[in-house]
Amino acid sequence: MAQGPAKGIGRWLFTTNHKDIGTMYLWFSFAMFILGGAFAMIIRAELFQPGMQLIEPAFFNQMTTLHGLIMVFGAIMPSFVGLANWLLPMMIGAPDMALPRMNNWSFWILPPAFLLLASTLFMEGGAPAFGWTFYAPLSTTYAPPSVTFFIFAIHILGMSSIMGSINIIATVMNMRAPGMTYMKMPLFAWTWLITAFLLVAVMPVLAGAVTMMLMDIHFGTSFFSAAGGGDPVLFQHIFWFFGHPEVYIIILPAFGVVSQIIPAFSRKPLFGYDSMVYATAAIAFLSFIVWAHHMYTVGMPVGGELFFMYATMLIAVPTGVKVFNWITTMWRGALSFETPMLFCIGFLVLFTIGGFTGLMLSIAPADFQYHDSYFVVAHFHYVMVAGAVFSMTAAVYYWLPKWCGRMYNETMGKTHFWISFVGFNVTFFPQHFVGLAGMPRRIPDYALQFADFNMISSVGAFIYGASQILFLYNVIATIVAGRPVSDDKVWDGAEGLEWTVATPAPYHTFETPPKLAPAPAPA
Amino acid sequence: MPRVHANPAIDTAVKLALAAVAMFAFVFVVMVPLYNVLCDALGINGKTSGQAYTAAAAGVDASRKVTVQFVTTTNAGMPWEFRPRSAMMAVNPGASNEAVFLARNPLPVAMVAQAIPSVSPSRAAAYFHKTECFCFERQPLDGRASVEMPLRFIIDRALPRDISTITLSYTLFDVTEQT
Repeated sequence: MAQGPAKGIGRWLFTTNHKDIGTMYLWFSFAMFILGGAFAMIIRAELFQPGMQLIEPAFFNQMTTLHGLIMVFGAIMPSFVGLANWLLPMMIGAPDMALPRMNNWSFWILPPAFLLLASTLFMEGGAPAFGWTFYAPLSTTYAPPSVTFFIFAIHILGMSSIMGSINIIATVMNMRAPGMTYMKMPLFAWTWLITAFLLVAVMPVLAGAVTMMLMDIHFGTSFFSAAGGGDPVLFQHIFWFFGHPEVYIIILPAFGVVSQIIPAFSRKPLFGYDSMVYATAAIAFLSFIVWAHHMYTVGMPVGGELFFMYATMLIAVPTGVKVFNWITTMWRGALSFETPMLFCIGFLVLFTIGGFTGLMLSIAPADFQYHDSYFVVAHFHYVMVAGAVFSMTAAVYYWLPKWCGRMYNETMGKTHFWISFVGFNVTFFPQHFVGLAGMPRRIPDYALQFADFNMISSVGAFIYGASQILFLYNVIATIVAGRPVSDDKVWDGAEGLEWTVATPAPYHTFETPPKLAPAPAPA
Repeated sequence: MPRVHANPAIDTAVKLALAAVAMFAFVFVVMVPLYNVLCDALGINGKTSGQAYTAAAAGVDASRKVTVQFVTTTNAGMPWEFRPRSAMMAVNPGASNEAVFLARNPLPVAMVAQAIPSVSPSRAAAYFHKTECFCFERQPLDGRASVEMPLRFIIDRALPRDISTITLSYTLFDVTEQT
């Protein structure tokens, strides 16, 4: 008989159970989502009207910086690691993650990292205020003293990410149930496997960048200081060599989630499974050779601009393959529109818009106009929020009944979707217009002609922010008092090993490997 | 010889950890030197070589003149006066030219400065050869002293014909604390 969870706080501190650790990741990332969201609300409140209204410009800069850092490193990335923890062992028929003790560590060093980062708000000179991209020399010569704490926070969360991804690769490569070949894995396992390789490759690069900053600030080196023979532009190259793969680290697991959910509610297998795998790998490869499209304006040679422009546009091909595969999966399917499916369709529409604005930005000569404008802000929120966050929300609604054995309130879920969808678009669609009209990003005040669109944008942001409280309420209400469900297969169209275990998922699953049905690949 | 563990996952994890360490080292031992080498070799960013040019003279191209402009800036917090004796000169490609820059330390304390050059258009950087430059070394200066600093340069005869004006910009940094 399987051993149950330990009692008390020790269960959470010392657990090596992938489900417990996944749960902690998910709650932690939601807490960070609320914190980063609160910072966004402060930003939008200040921008509600032109002129300085509520906060000082320096504090505004701290808000944009921390909002970006916390959302990217604290909310989105850990949420998908949590999802991987919960689901990968269940999807590939493994009893747990390959390295359970390291798993415990990779979660538990995260909260101190963000405590360190958030504590900079209360330090002399304030929190980092140089944007989430922390370009030198803003982040070295002109940085507040708290930058050292920021650097250590990045080091710690980087270690957490690397350990988490090593664990995921080790699990997927070594612990698949007998008979589950790579090309029979669920697509979520594939996208996470590739994401984890990206993380192992580029998180050390980020660690290298902040280490150089640390040495420039405290040990008299001049990596990024022209006075000593260094070069600030070098920082941008190193940062974006990490930063561009990073955006695929964020979106590839989202692709995996959508590739699980759309087939379930279309009651058809995923269209083009093999091409999905190859497209994911192609995107991962291309992500390493396009970084300089973030820095067209630094004065690159024309040859460089052209290379990065064409390489960037090439990414639209595998991404297009994915979008068309999802649409084709839905084509003539027996569709039903439960909340997870609504969020996936929202993802599909809005992520595609974000992809198109990305293509616009990839055009080097046009980018000189769009660079550092609100158009860029609109673009990356369409892919980060409507891409990553919408798919994460879909994932929670889709697997929550399996996790806790209780069904969420469908009406409240659908209401959450529609408020989110409308709120999101009201927030970010007008930002395309103000961006094209010339409003720069990261400013606390703006010219009067942008006033109306900014007010609309702020109203949308408050609506979107409030809708997340509804989400929180729905999740808690489900866990505490949701309608119990007992079918192994909570959704009639769901496929995959995680739907063959009992509902709610027992503390220990697949202690003996499952026998795979001699069915064709989950293609 | 690879160690074989009872748990193959540990082998995978060890390999991946080594890969992560290798990527961390890659930033320092490959990316930074490679960036500097590429910038020097291709003249990207308007960077000119940090060493004196020593090639033999290849003859003067008397058929065209190139205007060379000098721009001087002092970095934030650097109190020195720093300017070229003449802001502009017209030179023939292939010919050896001399320009003089003046620096004065208005403070009563000795300081050390470092000038960092940049050439615009950056395409021209690879054709701008300095045979002698004050920017190759740090420039110490006693309090309230002044100095004339020489620059000798040759514009390469292979300079593309569509470039008729080259701007050489120097930024003077205070490096007293680092010496």
